[in-house]
Amino acid sequence: MAIVFQKPKALTDVPTHYCPGCTHGIIHRLVAECIDELGIEGKAVGVAPVGCAVLAYNYFSCDMIQAPHGRAPAVATGVKRSLPDSFVFTYQGDGDLAAIGTAETVHAATRGENITVIFVNNAIYGMTGGQMAPTSLPNQVTQTTPYGRDVKTAGYPIRVCEMLSTLDGTAYAERVSVDCVKNVNRAKKAIKKAFQTQLAGKGFSIVEVVSACPTNWGFAPNDALQWLRDNMLPYYPLGVYKDKTAEEASNNE
Amino acid sequence: MAERVLMKGNEALAEAAIQAGCRNFFGYPITPQTELAAYMAKRMPKIGGTYLQAESEVAAINMVQGAAAAGVRAMTSSSSPGISLKTEGISYMAGSDLPCLIINVQRGGPGLGGIQPSQADYWQATKAPGHGDLHILVFAPSSVQEMVDLVGHAYDLADKYRMPAMILADGLLGQMMEPVVLDESRSVKTMPKKEWAACGHNNERKHNIINSLYLQASELEELVKKRFERYKCIEEKEPMCEKYMAEDAEYIVVAYGASARIAKAAVKQARANGIKAGLIRPITLWPFPVKELAQAAESAKSFLSVEMSMGQMVDDIRLAIECSRPVGFFGHTGGIIPTPAEVLDEIVKMTGGAK
Repeated sequence: MAIVFQKPKALTDVPTHYCPGCTHGIIHRLVAECIDELGIEGKAVGVAPVGCAVLAYNYFSCDMIQAPHGRAPAVATGVKRSLPDSFVFTYQGDGDLAAIGTAETVHAATRGENITVIFVNNAIYGMTGGQMAPTSLPNQVTQTTPYGRDVKTAGYPIRVCEMLSTLDGTAYAERVSVDCVKNVNRAKKAIKKAFQTQLAGKGFSIVEVVSACPTNWGFAPNDALQWLRDNMLPYYPLGVYKDKTAEEASNNE
Repeated sequence: MAERVLMKGNEALAEAAIQAGCRNFFGYPITPQTELAAYMAKRMPKIGGTYLQAESEVAAINMVQGAAAAGVRAMTSSSSPGISLKTEGISYMAGSDLPCLIINVQRGGPGLGGIQPSQADYWQATKAPGHGDLHILVFAPSSVQEMVDLVGHAYDLADKYRMPAMILADGLLGQMMEPVVLDESRSVKTMPKKEWAACGHNNERKHNIINSLYLQASELEELVKKRFERYKCIEEKEPMCEKYMAEDAEYIVVAYGASARIAKAAVKQARANGIKAGLIRPITLWPFPVKELAQAAESAKSFLSVEMSMGQMVDDIRLAIECSRPVGFFGHTGGIIPTPAEVLDEIVKMTGGAK
């Protein structure tokens, strides 16, 4: 009998620790499927963050490194500069990437570091129990914004793709979501495109995945996805923010 | 036949690292290590290596972590305030069993301190180079030639024991020029094969994981205990020190790095004055040459630690000789360099003689 559906090879055969309704599982799978389809597991080195996805080093079948909080792009830089023929990706959350690791992220991008960043934006610190993230929305209630994020005192959320797309070193930046089948398919295409951007040696690529955290948002999984659509997508519009490959193609026309 | 060349300490450290097979340097500007990074910026592109000026010391040490995890010889250099920022990465590398080389060309502290030579980071380097239970190898050269020799040795031991190594220099050694012979025959073939590296499994083995997280307390304890067994072995096998007129000495001066040069001049003068003085110069600060000091305590009357700090190594001397003899301290801090005459005065005081 033909197998029509199975676990991607680039995922190890172990149960993950993610909460019910968490979208990390879907994103892991998409990353792994892209690695399989491009046949790059053998030369891939992944860098896991600090946060909910820290144990990603157990879940991906390629070689993995666990970086200090926020430093994944710097660690990835060290790997890529030492082994230019390797394929290097980081997998980071919003606190990791857009708070403590902002400098590492921005400078890896502006150097045009030839790595790919998978950025999981769920607008909250999951692992530590639901504190305000740099991407928490205005008025969003979290453990550390119990009366809602007051932008007067807690500032505004960061739109990462928009910010990084202003940098010349960024070759590819796209924001996607995994709230429905259509968007899951789009997310996979974006991840593949980002990977291909690196394989073509074009520079820094990032895919931001607008994600749900039912546990810390305090919603059932389905309601969390609805909250994501109603609140996050208006603030974080999906789409391609930078595509050097496409720009070059249109310049050549 | 290797040639004798005149080099600045900082440049010699850089060239020695290249000779030892380092092709990946990640730095961030800070005085007084400037020439080291500048030298790397000039040399690395010519030999197919990487010089990368990071956005911060934090980023630089994490780039070193990535390169070390990938299995290559990597290096970063900084000075005291920058080393404080690197302690995060040093702890992660110690916790992930990653070898690398870190240079600290010390300057005065605390805080922004000053930019003149200092040895006030002894405690940081030997006791707490990062959070958690850990040690790193710490080497203290006292000449430009020794800087060259220790860089290769530090890489070899870092690889052998899978741990970070540090050259603890200071602004004086970094900035001064001396003739050196570079060991161009030094072979990187001595590098052990790094089968643990995260360099892509090439579909030929199970994935390698470089990690310092262990959520099970018992697992973490077991791992740290194992690491400490390795540390114990290093404490047995790897301490290095130089002894100068120490065999029959009644008064032992203990000093490392730049201070040891000054102390040596004072000891020479004391001998000329008929005082049985000697010098023990620790070359490794961790592991500390405990046995040599304990042995010296059997015949010596007293010890004097000479440092460019308020007195940090002096604690380790007292521990090494189990306080069996008086251990005095003399030093300057903040960038002031002790003079041989001042140290000689202190030696005379040890003998009970008049100042």
